[in-house]
Amino acid sequence: MSPTTIAKAINEGLRAALERDPKVLIMGEDVGKLGGVFRVTDGLQKDFGEDRVIDTPLAESGIVGTAIGLALRGYRPVCEIQFDGFIYPAYDQIVSQLAKMANRSRGKIALPVVVRVPFGGGIGAVEHHSESPEAYFAHTAGLRVVSCSNPADAYWMIRQAIAADDPVLFFEPKRRYWEKGDLDAAAGPQLGLHQARVVRPGEHVTVAAYGPMVKTALDAAVAAEPDGTSLEVVDLRTLSPLDLETLEASVERTRRLVVVHEAPVFLGLGAEIAARITERCFYALEAPVLRVGGFHAPYPASRLEDDYLPDLDRVLEAVDRSLAF
Amino acid sequence: MTDTPVGAPPQLVQLLTPEGERVRHPEYAFEPDPQTLRSLYRDLVLVRRVDTEATALQRQGELGIWASLLGQEAAQIGSGRALRPQDYVFPTYREHGVAWCRDVDPVTLLGLYRGANLGGWDPNAHNFHLYTIVIGAQTLHATGYAMGIQRDGAVGTGDGTRDAAVIAYFGDGATSQGDVNESFVYASVYNAPVVFFCQNNQWAISEPNERQSRIPLYQRARGFGFPGVRVDGNDVLAVYAVTKAALDRARRGEGPMFIEAFTYRMGAHTTSDDPTRYRISAEVEEWKHKDPIARLKALLSRGGMAGADFFDEVERDADDLAAHVRQSCLSMPDPDPDDMFAFVYHEPQPLVQEERSWFAEYQAGFAPADAAEPARDDLAGTTQGGAR
Repeated sequence: MSPTTIAKAINEGLRAALERDPKVLIMGEDVGKLGGVFRVTDGLQKDFGEDRVIDTPLAESGIVGTAIGLALRGYRPVCEIQFDGFIYPAYDQIVSQLAKMANRSRGKIALPVVVRVPFGGGIGAVEHHSESPEAYFAHTAGLRVVSCSNPADAYWMIRQAIAADDPVLFFEPKRRYWEKGDLDAAAGPQLGLHQARVVRPGEHVTVAAYGPMVKTALDAAVAAEPDGTSLEVVDLRTLSPLDLETLEASVERTRRLVVVHEAPVFLGLGAEIAARITERCFYALEAPVLRVGGFHAPYPASRLEDDYLPDLDRVLEAVDRSLAF
Repeated sequence: MTDTPVGAPPQLVQLLTPEGERVRHPEYAFEPDPQTLRSLYRDLVLVRRVDTEATALQRQGELGIWASLLGQEAAQIGSGRALRPQDYVFPTYREHGVAWCRDVDPVTLLGLYRGANLGGWDPNAHNFHLYTIVIGAQTLHATGYAMGIQRDGAVGTGDGTRDAAVIAYFGDGATSQGDVNESFVYASVYNAPVVFFCQNNQWAISEPNERQSRIPLYQRARGFGFPGVRVDGNDVLAVYAVTKAALDRARRGEGPMFIEAFTYRMGAHTTSDDPTRYRISAEVEEWKHKDPIARLKALLSRGGMAGADFFDEVERDADDLAAHVRQSCLSMPDPDPDDMFAFVYHEPQPLVQEERSWFAEYQAGFAPADAAEPARDDLAGTTQGGAR
């Protein structure tokens, strides 16, 4: 067991996958010599060669489209989309081709393609570098969508995603890439890819989050403690499918739920979770499920992003509203 | 490859004129024996007959829609016959002739157009991918597949049974798509063994070539760094020769090539289209004189390579095939509603499982609870005192 960062943990997960299975490929813009703009693929091309760690032309539809072709030939490509806002040129290939091929072929074709997406804001970037497009993909049948929040999960989840026979959209919390945590690669994964985790037990309100907002939720829980408010924090980890059982069990105890994400609230993951938890826990709930997230406005210029992004105070404001019911 | 000066008629590889005369070309040659010529003729006639039958089935309400290949038989049979078993095909939704060359039963093609499935054949059993409907998307899949062939070391080894190539089909309209242009870039920089086969049938639904390009399409290739050639798409011999050369070249590891098969869509874009709204009949009449089947028939007849017996036999085979297609279409079972859920994911997915069970239960709720219960009509009769 040693402390490592999320970026390094994904790097080690990719390395392990490349070592284990000669069919695993890495492809994307600047993933080779440079090691990716976030260095997540650092050193992989040097060790596995240009045929397996592929610097692609600057065309995202081409990255995913050729990954589909490689998967049809029996490969397991892991694509990197350099930034969240650059995934849209690949949208058709992901939604109309990657997601639908298994169904179209009546199960004769499997496309074990992973699309890695550094997502979310908080890094002071220019436009298109801070978005949270996960709901578009969670809305699409045929895709699996997950997001990691700590180094150990990052390592195991990327390996589980690569091993899956279905396409997986893998959202990485880019502003947390350098956060440290313990990783024991010899111990094996504690959870399946599609299981949520209670990361902090509590009594009064459940706060569900994923990716970069898990840390924010945990910070909120620490801040609420002196006031005698005990928050239970659930790291959703999996966005499609959702692990509603874990969430339901938590809400049955706390009877209150706040869902937090950076993505806009309107039609975000929180909307679906609110609807489903309300159906499942109607008689247990003491308050409506509340949502904290981005506004129905384009991601702002970076000097405003602290106002746009949910933070500790916005989470606690929602917690207070929930408790006031 | 030489450039065409602006304003000059583009070069066109032709080995058989519309009148059925053999002509020579300095770069491409194909000297098939009479038996090969007859079998090419047979394929052309059979796929046209299947196409006619499918159009009729649509008119009779048995297919929701059909995309006719009428006029493009030579482009498809010529290129399809040039393939080796290990090569892989990425078609659009109109490659019925190529499907024929890959031993896909024409009936199987109808499932998509009847609404019985989304593509009914096993791609890997035929090395013929499912039809792709989003224009041009398949060219990237073809290029990626070709990159896989490179990584498998199945290119440039000199082993004729091992070295493989990919052929990507698309139309003139697709050349405007980003995906097609991206596939050219990827194929070029990786030197991937893929042949881009563009059937320029002059029309993208209602839009003529002038809305897609200011230069002949085959000349686009040069800018991407690989050769392009325009071939008479209604000349099955020239199409075969050019495609074979391009596939051989790709298998040798010499990279991609672009073929523009210059042809004409004799029918509508699909059965839902009405070409009289946007093109003049004189143009169609002009292309009738360039018919791919008539010219091969003229060559066979004039050369004494086939007589009435042969042509009659092919017609009979075509009618038999059409009858098989019709019968099988009419008896094609409707899909099981459970199919909606069965193949969405390979591995179990709880939401799909939940909705699948719910829907099965919901549907079961419509089954009659007790078969012995009188039907509504009978009850109506009794309450009205037998007034019926």
